[in-house]
Amino acid sequence: MLQGLSAELLARIQFAFTVSFHIIFPAFSIGLASYLAVLNALWLRTKDQTYRALFDYWKKIFAIAFGMGVVSGIVMSYQFGTNWSVFSDKTGPVLGPLMAYEVLSAFFLEAGFLGIMLFGRERVGNSLHMFATAMVAFGTLMSATWILAVNSWMQTPAGYGMNDLGQFVPEDWWAIIFNPSFPYRLVHMVLAAYLTTAFVVGGVGGWHLLRNRADTEARRMFSMAMWMAVIVAPLQIFAGDMHGLNTLEHQPAKVMAMEGHYDSHPEGAPLILFGIPNPTEKRIDYAIEIPKASSLILKHDLNAPMLGLDTIPDEDEPPVFIVFWSFRVMVALGFAMMGLGAWALWRRMRGQLYEDRWLHRAAIAMGPMGFVAVLAGWITTEVGRQPFTVYGLLRTSDSLAPIAAPAVATSLVAFIIVYFFVFGAGTFYIMRMMAKPASTPKLGLRAGPIRTAGLTHAQQRTAHTGQNG
Amino acid sequence: MVFDLAFIWAGLIAFAVLTYVVLDGFDLGVGILFPFGRSESDRNVMMNSIAPVWDGNETWLVLGGGGLFAVFPLAYAVVMPALYMPIILMLLALIFRGVAFEYRWRTARWKWVWDVAFFGGSLVAAFSQGIALGALVQGIKVVNRAYAGGWWDWLTPFSVLTGVAVVAGYALLGSTWLVLKTTDHLQRQMRSYAWFLAAATLGFIAMVSLATPFQDPVYFDRWFNLPGSAFSFMVPILVAVASWLLFTGLSDQKDLQPFLSALALFVLSFVGIGISFYPNIVPPSLTIWQAAAPDESLRFALVGTVVLVPIILIYTAYAYWVFRGKVRPEDGYH
Ligand code: HDD
Ligand code: HEM
Ligand code: HEM
Repeated sequence: MLQGLSAELLARIQFAFTVSFHIIFPAFSIGLASYLAVLNALWLRTKDQTYRALFDYWKKIFAIAFGMGVVSGIVMSYQFGTNWSVFSDKTGPVLGPLMAYEVLSAFFLEAGFLGIMLFGRERVGNSLHMFATAMVAFGTLMSATWILAVNSWMQTPAGYGMNDLGQFVPEDWWAIIFNPSFPYRLVHMVLAAYLTTAFVVGGVGGWHLLRNRADTEARRMFSMAMWMAVIVAPLQIFAGDMHGLNTLEHQPAKVMAMEGHYDSHPEGAPLILFGIPNPTEKRIDYAIEIPKASSLILKHDLNAPMLGLDTIPDEDEPPVFIVFWSFRVMVALGFAMMGLGAWALWRRMRGQLYEDRWLHRAAIAMGPMGFVAVLAGWITTEVGRQPFTVYGLLRTSDSLAPIAAPAVATSLVAFIIVYFFVFGAGTFYIMRMMAKPASTPKLGLRAGPIRTAGLTHAQQRTAHTGQNG
Repeated sequence: MVFDLAFIWAGLIAFAVLTYVVLDGFDLGVGILFPFGRSESDRNVMMNSIAPVWDGNETWLVLGGGGLFAVFPLAYAVVMPALYMPIILMLLALIFRGVAFEYRWRTARWKWVWDVAFFGGSLVAAFSQGIALGALVQGIKVVNRAYAGGWWDWLTPFSVLTGVAVVAGYALLGSTWLVLKTTDHLQRQMRSYAWFLAAATLGFIAMVSLATPFQDPVYFDRWFNLPGSAFSFMVPILVAVASWLLFTGLSDQKDLQPFLSALALFVLSFVGIGISFYPNIVPPSLTIWQAAAPDESLRFALVGTVVLVPIILIYTAYAYWVFRGKVRPEDGYH
C-alpha cells in the first residue's frame, strides 16, 4: 500500500495523521475544562442541582477525552525527535525551551489537579475541589499558549540568530514567544476550542430536547451553548479576518494559495468563491468569483493590486488545491455557526428556544462541525507553510530524520491501526454516554469499581451487566 | 568553573528521568501484576490505587523528552532515530494502557479487551524502556551530528537482558506499592510476590552490572579506577543495605518500608548507570557539552525550572497526600 512513497512523504503523512488526531482532543478538552469550571462555580454559587448534574455528566466525558489527549500528545512530543531529528537539532535551542515550559507550567498542572477534580470532591471539600477544577482549565489554556508560540514561530520566525553549526539560536525570547502571528493564532485557536465544545454541548442538548422537551438539564445546556454560539462565532469570524490580514503581511504565498490567486491582479483581485484549482495549468477551473472583492477584504480597497503565485518561485509554492479547499470549509462552517447562533437567538426572543424541533435538529447536525473546522483550519495553516518547516528558512526536505522508508511505513501503519481502534472505541463510548440524559445516575454505566466487598461473584456480575447500555 | 550550565542540566535531566522511572515504574508495575489479581474486586483495587496519580507520573516522561529537546537537542536528535522501533513501540503501548483506566468502566462486553490492554501496554512499555536503556549503554554511533548505525543495533542479548530486568524491577515496585495500599489477602499475595520479585531484581542487577563494563572499556576504567572506584565499593554496599531493609520489611510485615527500599534500589542502580555514563550523554562519543544547546537556551529554561519544579513537587506531593492511605474497596469511581 505504501510502497514507492519516499521516507519524507511517509514521515509527513505520519506527522499529519498523528497531530490531526491529537488536536481533536485538546480542542475539545480546552473548551470543556473551562465549561466544567463555570458549571462548578455556578453550582457553588446558586446551589441549583441542574448545574451539579451537568458538571457530573460532562466530567465523565471529559475524563475520557482528556485521557485520549494525553496519550496522543505523548506521541507528538517524541515524534519531533524520531522523525524530524534534523529539525530538532536545528530548532531545539529556540523551540525546546518553549516546549519545556509547556510541560512545566501546563501539563504538570493539569495532571496534578486532574485526579482531585475527578475523584477528590469528597476528600478535599468544595472549595479546594473548585480550585483544582480551575487549575485544570488554566492548565489547558497554558498548554495552548506555549504550543501555539512554538507553532507560530515556525510560521513567522523572529528573535533568532544562526550559529556556525547551522542551529537557530535565541537572541530575544520576548520576540520569539510574541512572534508576529502568535497573538492572532492564540486568540483564533482558543475561540475555536470554545466553539467546538459549545457545538458539542449544543448538539447533545438538542438531541435530548428532541426526545424530551421537559428535560431540565438538556434545556440548560442547550441554552448555554446557544449563547456561546451567538457571541463567539462572530468574534471568531472577526478574529479569523484579522488573522488572515496578518498572514498576508508575513506569509503572502499562503494567502495566494488560500485565495486561489495563481495570477497577479494589478487592478483589484476577484474573490473566488468556488472553483477547482488546476495545478498543471496554474489556474482555477470553473471559478465563481466576485470581481475585486478579494482586494476589498484583504486591502480594504477595490482596486488595490494583489500579487499572485506567478511571483513566487515554483519550488517555494505551497500546494494550492488542499489549502484552497480546506480554507473554504473552515470559513463556510464559521458562517454556518454564526447562522445557527442567530437562529437560536431569534427563537429565544420569541420564547421558542426549547420548542423549535428544526433548530434542535440543526444543532445536532452542527455538533461535530467544530472539529471539522479546527482540522480544516490547521490543514490550511500547516500545508500553507509548505515546503518549509520554518517558514522561508528551513525546508521540510532538510528537516527529516535519517529513517529509511520501510521503517516509517511500518510505524505509520501501526499508528493508523492503533489510532482508529483505540480512539474509535473511545469516541464510541463518549457518544454512548452522550446519548443518555444527563440526569441518569452514573450514566447508566458501570457504577464504578467496587461496591462489592460483601457481594458474591454472581450477584456482582448480574449487577454489572444489568446496568449496561 | 563559574556556572557550568550543561552540567547542571545534565543533573536536572537525570533527576527528571529518575523521577519518571520510580513513579511510572510502580504504576507500570501494577499493570504488569494486574492479571494476577485473583478477583474482579482485587483487580479494581489494584487499578484504583494508581488511577488518580498515573497521569502526573507519566508527565515526567514528557519532561524527559521535552527537556532533552530543549537543552540537549543534539542528543534528542541522535537518540530518537537510533531507538526508533523501541520508542514507537513504547508510545503505542502507553496509548493502550493510558486509555484503559477510563475505558474499562464504560463497557461490559469489552472490559476484558481493556484489561488485556492495561496489562499488555504496561508490560510492553516497561520492556521497551529497558531495551532503550540497554541500547544506550551499549553506545550509539554518531557521524556528522546524526545517527549512523543500523536499524537493528538496539536489539542485542544485552538490551534484551536490560529489558527483562526493567520488567522485573517495575513489577517489584508495583508489588511493594500494593503492599502499601491494600489490606488482607491482596496485601498478603503481593507481599509474597515481592519476595520473589526482589530476588529476581537483585539477580538482574547483578547480571547487568557484570555485563556493563564489557560493553565499553571506558566503563571498565571508570569503575575500577579512582575516583569512580570509590563508588564501585559504595554502591554495592548500599545495594546490600537496601536489600536487607527490603527483606526485613517484608518479613516484619511493614507497609511502607518495602516500597521505600525498592525505590532505593532503583536510585542506586540509576546512580551506577550515571557513573558509567558521565560525562557522556550519548555513549560512547557525545558529551554533555557537545550536545548542549547554547547558554541562552539553557539559562532561559533553567529560570523556569528552578521556579516551577519545586512548585510541581509540592502539589504533586499534595495530590498523593489527598489519596493517602489504603484504597477503600467501597470507593466509587468518579
Ligand atoms: C471552530 C473553528 C474555526 C472556525 C469557525 C474558523 N476558524 Fe480559522 N482556523 C481555526 C479554526 C477555525 C484553527 C484550527 O484554530 C486555525 C488553525 C491554526 C490557527 O491558528 O487557527 C485556523 C486558521 C485560520 C487561518 C490561517 C492563518 C495562518 O495559517 O496563517 C485563517 C486566515 C483563518 N483561520 C481565518 C478564518 C476565517 C476568516 C473564519 C470565518 C469565517 C474562520 N477562520 C473560522
Ligand atoms: C501547534 C503545534 C504544531 C506544531 C509545532 C506542528 C509542527 C509540524 C511539523 C514539524 C510538521 C512536519 C513537517 C512538515 O511537513 O511541515 C507539520 C506538518 C503538518 N502538520 Fe503541523 N504542527 C502543529 C499542529 C498541527 C495541527 C493541530 C494540525 C492539525 C490538522 C497539523 C497539521 C499538519 C499537517 C497536515 C502537516 C503536513 C503538511 C505537509 O507535509 O504538507 N499541525 N507540523
Ligand atoms: C495547537 C496545537 C496543540 C494544542 C492546542 C495542544 C494542547 C494540548 C492540551 C490542552 C493537552 C492536555 C491534554 C488534553 O487536554 O487532552 C495536550 C496534551 C499534550 N500535548 Fe498537545 N497540543 C497541541 C499540539 C501538540 C503538539 C504539536 C505536541 C508535540 C510536541 C503536543 C504535545 C502534547 C503532549 C505531550 C501532551 C500530553 C501531556 C500530559 O501528559 O498531560 N501537543 N495538548
